[in-house]
Amino acid sequence: MSNKQKLVVIGNGMAGARLVEDIITRDGADQFEFVMFGDEPYGNYNRILLSGVLSGSHDPQDIFINPLAWYEQNNVTLHAGERVVKIDRAAKTIHGANGTVESYDKLAIATGSSAFVPPIDGLYVAQNPQSAIHNPQSFKPGVFVFRTLDDCGAITSYAEGSKRAVVIGGGLLGLEAARGLLNLGAEVHVVHLMPHLMDVQLDPIAGATLRRSMEAMGVRVHLNKATTAILGDGCVTGLQFKDGSQLECDMVVISAGIRPSVQLARDAGLTVERGIVVGDGITSVDDPDVFAVGECAQHNGMVYGLVAPLWEQTAVLAERLTGRKPNAEYKGSKVSTKLKVMGIELAVMGVKEARDENDEVVVYTEPGRGIYKKLIVRNGQLAGAMLLGDASTAPALLQAFDRGSLLPENRAELLFPLMGDAAQQSVIDLPDEAQICNCNGVSKGAVINAVKKGCRSIKALCEATRAGTGCGSCKPQVNELLEFAAGDLIVEDPSIHYYVPGVPLRKPELITAVKEKQLKSVSSVFAVLANGKEDPASKIGLASLLKTIWHDEYEDERDARFINDRVHANIQKDRTFSVVPRIYGGVTSADELRRIADVADKYNVPMVKITGGQRIDLLGIKKEDLPGVWRDLGMPSGHAYTKAFRTCKTCVGTEFCRFGVGDSTGLGIEIEKKFQGIEFPHKLKMATTGCPRNCSEATTKDIGAVAIEGGKWEIIVGGAAGSKVRKADLLVTVETHEDALRYIGRFMQYYRERAKYLERTYDFVERIGIEAIRRVLVDDEDGICAELDAGIQAAVNAYVDPWQEAVQPVHPSQFINTLALFAGAEREQMLVQIEKAQPAFGD
Amino acid sequence: METTIAEYAPMTFPLLAVNLGAVERIPPGEGREFDVDGELVTVFRARDGQLYAVQAKCPHRQGALADGIIGAGKVVCPMHSFKFDLATGAALGNDCAALKTYVVSVNDDGEMLLNTNAVRGASAT
Repeated sequence: MSNKQKLVVIGNGMAGARLVEDIITRDGADQFEFVMFGDEPYGNYNRILLSGVLSGSHDPQDIFINPLAWYEQNNVTLHAGERVVKIDRAAKTIHGANGTVESYDKLAIATGSSAFVPPIDGLYVAQNPQSAIHNPQSFKPGVFVFRTLDDCGAITSYAEGSKRAVVIGGGLLGLEAARGLLNLGAEVHVVHLMPHLMDVQLDPIAGATLRRSMEAMGVRVHLNKATTAILGDGCVTGLQFKDGSQLECDMVVISAGIRPSVQLARDAGLTVERGIVVGDGITSVDDPDVFAVGECAQHNGMVYGLVAPLWEQTAVLAERLTGRKPNAEYKGSKVSTKLKVMGIELAVMGVKEARDENDEVVVYTEPGRGIYKKLIVRNGQLAGAMLLGDASTAPALLQAFDRGSLLPENRAELLFPLMGDAAQQSVIDLPDEAQICNCNGVSKGAVINAVKKGCRSIKALCEATRAGTGCGSCKPQVNELLEFAAGDLIVEDPSIHYYVPGVPLRKPELITAVKEKQLKSVSSVFAVLANGKEDPASKIGLASLLKTIWHDEYEDERDARFINDRVHANIQKDRTFSVVPRIYGGVTSADELRRIADVADKYNVPMVKITGGQRIDLLGIKKEDLPGVWRDLGMPSGHAYTKAFRTCKTCVGTEFCRFGVGDSTGLGIEIEKKFQGIEFPHKLKMATTGCPRNCSEATTKDIGAVAIEGGKWEIIVGGAAGSKVRKADLLVTVETHEDALRYIGRFMQYYRERAKYLERTYDFVERIGIEAIRRVLVDDEDGICAELDAGIQAAVNAYVDPWQEAVQPVHPSQFINTLALFAGAEREQMLVQIEKAQPAFGD
Repeated sequence: METTIAEYAPMTFPLLAVNLGAVERIPPGEGREFDVDGELVTVFRARDGQLYAVQAKCPHRQGALADGIIGAGKVVCPMHSFKFDLATGAALGNDCAALKTYVVSVNDDGEMLLNTNAVRGASAT
């Protein structure tokens, strides 16, 4: 207990609570004692949804992220409703307005911001000269700001008697307030200082489009209007503008922007410009024990008012504080947002105007439906985008923007959803009882409920509901439901970026660490890179990677393998196994078939089945019988049980077929002989076809070779015909078997080194993009082709047929399920007094 | 949590154990089953030397836990990846009943002793 550090967080808004949550997610609860101060007498709520509360679409109860019970459950001391009046950095203490004094080891300032109230005459009842300080108590009756849950309540009750309400400020918050007021039944006007609405985010055309859509909903918009005075002696009766005009109204909501709340920090002697100045470590430039996150923080000259940068800041700080990544750095955020303004979809990212004539501007407008889309492309990358009225391609654009990836030549793909996708019904529209996960029978309602109960990361959601844990093909839908139900509150579990969940490194970093520290066994990786904690869910992935890195130097530990790879056969539901011997290219002989038949007889094999990969499967073999079966077959393993190259399906090609233009059986056999048994991040299936009729279905394999007239082969990659169907992309066209094998091997090694664990080639190819893959593997743009060719050759050289363990098992009990006790009299002696024994359980 | 063998075995019964033989009979990091008077018990030998003994079948669909992967005191069933805590038997992230757990220890000769009197199950917790 006593060795815990005390972290005090000033501010119980979205940033403050998220920081504590992020630390707890990273197992930091053992390291810190948490104390929080919040101005408002509540738990932490989602400020973004306040307009929903105002418009009546959300009950105030629905917008709480962390109710008060959460603080109790997580041992967080919350001083709710107590404003902090002083930070004493010398004594390391925090002083609350009610006299509470808390000492701290580490201090996080997350005071957020408050509503900016411009200097307007007639705002206050008694002409309070200190108009810069926002004090709602002294506003003239009918004047409000829109920032807190209490503001919401005050506006709602006053609006009941209001006939005409005016919102000052046509920015995002102002428009949200307008929507809320509209639903409350008042006539609503928006008064904006600038020539178009949301001028910070939108260009003039988008602003005008938005204005038309809003006016169609009944909101009156007044642009280029500077408010100089609020009229009325007792309560509000109207507004006076600088141009001399007036507007009658009985209620005014000021939403003219926000200002970071930094007075407390300034008084404490911290460097404050627009916000509290922090470095890349989210740490104050003046004090290593003081941090600032969220809207009150200024990093590299920027103060962010959106929620995504805030999440990035708290994640970096949590990584540092928990020691997961003591040197984690925040490098600023690329600003993007996707939201609804008065029910109108809007996504904005990056710049809003072209910088010069070298920027390519792509625009689509459809004024009748209020749709406006604009892309700004710079050097082939997305520099900015604006989607108004239809944001269906926003996820793809956001991804391209965040990663800075090269855009497809056909820009229309970025503006419009693919026809196939558009035809699909959105999962959001399905009824609650609709089944989302068809493997585990999980309904949409069950997924939504789990999100409401607090599963706000995809990992937690899948674990809690089991949705997406079968074949995984429903994960996009589960993710869509998560986004729908949790919105901006989605918690990104850092482990989704790790190669395996139990070692906090991405694949490239992990490979570097493994090579640098010469880690050749799974247990050594846990010992050196995961604080000695063996994560069972990470073992298999690590074993696969280490084998790819070290080839024959890999120190094999059998307990890190899935049971299939311990006994080289595929486990079935009754704990028997399936045995598939390798039949190169699907071409067998009478002699092989006779041996297979003899084995089936000798071991009473319950089912002999022809597989989809042109082989023969013996099902229902007991584990103990595996070595005997292999010996009697006298054929090598077909690897039908592991994440490896499985088989190369072939057609009869030129030997007999009257259409064949290439020797597909010959090439298929060469492929299987060369690459048999090589392990991959996932299974890998191939096919060769002797002509474009594609009888062996090569176009839906991970890798295919299609013979075309002229003695050429098209090498295609990334096809799928499993839970997902995808046509493979053309990698290269070659003229010889030798070249075919070279490019196939090169792609294989690239996939082995770059793919995430359990990422099939079809997801990998889509993620990297076939053009990018061609540049690397065909044009050798990165100069790594020779290295890749050498890498796959090393793997080919390291191949050993695992069925040789029939002769030499790695452990006497490798193929034994149940170890015998000693029999009869011998066993009697084994009954011993327990007191002699050393307890090995339960401590 | 301190767990003593006496908690499980009333003193009126003889404190006897079945000798399962040398720990090396189980490959490091793996588990094997033992048929103890018709009751299948799986013993896991973790890489840090810790032994765990639990019921052999997964309560979900009767998967053989001995074929599962272990780590950090947990076992993952090879059939549908259901997880259990090996020391307490508790189901982790699923609604299954807890596994029955047994007390297993090592004597001075490096042999595994399974105390069949000391059984803990879902009903006992």
